[in-house]
Amino acid sequence: MSAVIWNLLFKSFGETLYMIGLSGLLACLGGIPLGVLLYATVPGGLMPRPWLNRIVGFVVNAARSTPFIILMVALLPFTRFVVGRSIGTTAAIVPLAFAALPFMSRLVESALKEVEPGVIEAAQAMGASPWQIVCKVLFPESVPGLLRGVTLMLVNLVGYSAMAGVVGGGGLGDVAIRFGHQRFRPDVMVVTVVIMIAMVQVIQGTGDALARCVQRRRGLED
Amino acid sequence: MIELQNVSKEFDLRNESAFHALKNVSLSIRKGSIFGIIGRSGAGKSTLVRLINLLEIPTSGTVRVGGVDMTSLSPVELRVARRKIGMIFQGFNLLSSRSVADNVAFPLELEGRGSDEIKGRVSELLELVDLSGKKDEYPAQLSGGQKQRVGIARALAANPDILLCDEATSALDPQTTTEVLALLKEINRKLGLTVVLITHEMSVIKEICEEVVVLDRGEVVESGAVFQVFTRPQSPVTRALVAGVMNQEIPPHFAALDFLQEPEGDCGLLVRVSFLGDTAAEPIISGMVRRFGIDVNILYGAIDHIQGVPFGTLIVELSGNGSRNAALDYLKNLNLGLEVIGYVRRNLESSL
Repeated sequence: MSAVIWNLLFKSFGETLYMIGLSGLLACLGGIPLGVLLYATVPGGLMPRPWLNRIVGFVVNAARSTPFIILMVALLPFTRFVVGRSIGTTAAIVPLAFAALPFMSRLVESALKEVEPGVIEAAQAMGASPWQIVCKVLFPESVPGLLRGVTLMLVNLVGYSAMAGVVGGGGLGDVAIRFGHQRFRPDVMVVTVVIMIAMVQVIQGTGDALARCVQRRRGLED
Repeated sequence: MIELQNVSKEFDLRNESAFHALKNVSLSIRKGSIFGIIGRSGAGKSTLVRLINLLEIPTSGTVRVGGVDMTSLSPVELRVARRKIGMIFQGFNLLSSRSVADNVAFPLELEGRGSDEIKGRVSELLELVDLSGKKDEYPAQLSGGQKQRVGIARALAANPDILLCDEATSALDPQTTTEVLALLKEINRKLGLTVVLITHEMSVIKEICEEVVVLDRGEVVESGAVFQVFTRPQSPVTRALVAGVMNQEIPPHFAALDFLQEPEGDCGLLVRVSFLGDTAAEPIISGMVRRFGIDVNILYGAIDHIQGVPFGTLIVELSGNGSRNAALDYLKNLNLGLEVIGYVRRNLESSL
């Protein structure tokens, strides 16, 4: 493969990292509060609001069941409004974040559900406010689960980001389609796929290691 | 200190009639006492103890703690009130994300105390529960007894007036149970804390409580001083619970015998005598023999201790030519617990 192609691969690797990093961050910023909301508003929860819970739950499910490719196109006007343009790497971050956010909120919700109800009851008995319970009990107790959730979400984003080429987002997936597939370059195809496999491995490995590290520190078996 | 008046709690189970967890429970707990609530599982004990700090909201009735009607408090006021009511649990419910010291610090953090003050108070509390050497360890690294002591230190951190114990020793082995109970007793004495303890183990009540309420299917079936309830249980539920720890029942080999209501030929009279405190059994028996010319045969004897006071039970057989009725009157006048079991044929000894 020529230096030009290697340069292209290097550049698109950077684009992929940029897209995953920023959209992952946005998904966390939005998904964590939304996950807490889903967790806390269930009937019998910290702050039961059954109707709010049902509505938010429905919206989250609807967003999650929309295929990413359709979400991306449907969000074009919104992307233009936020970023100022509807194509390019930065523009691709908007739909990526939108796809990952509801997923993240469900992951957060299920991580919080793993926290023993007795521990929450103990905090309530000690006079903790719902906000204190969230900050001082739920989050610290569910750190391993949250780390696993973030890991899963980032791995999913690696796959989604490969579709960003549709809106001119670039990235490794785009190179794989345009060079590997459309220009019949199986070698380029193989390299992009290998890089993406490696990325997933690194993300998964790091996430697992961090979660395990926290568990060990607390003297828990994993 | 704690006053429950006609408190009922119903749980609304969907598509079924409401389930009564508690029905018209009234009780009053004195300041500084150790108060026990006992019942089988499902009797409503856990619900009852949670009504005191309003983790469960009563369907009707009033809950007063220190003169304050708990149900009338706003959420913020309730949180402040709860800080004065410590609670420990069967499952310990420690934060796995925090070290021992940080677990104990938790209620102080909730109150917004400064870190220096917290540090001092935490080491004081760890000293009290004898865990100073474990302050940097995590709950998962501790034994059950150690975890419960962390729970106790945490419950005491905010200087509560009341300590609620929800089956606090049920997950512990007998040896550790004894240690934890001793610690609770010490705290009650040293700090003048009112301790409310729920359990299904009568031995726990026997060991440390002064007063007890027996709960069955959501209703109070018996209440009073522990001594009273143990030595003179009234309801079948209490009898069954007491029997497990008190040797109150007739030993099985006696229960299997045919008792006659009236004397018949050569027979002996079986009597159960119970005595409290320092009343010595022996002079009573020799007294009967001397005065009434009867034979007294001791068939069974046991002495229990309830909070250090001996409580003895004897099953004796009265026989011979003297006046058995006069002997019974004599026993009655001595203010002993007396129960006539019945007449048995004289070949009793050989059949045993």
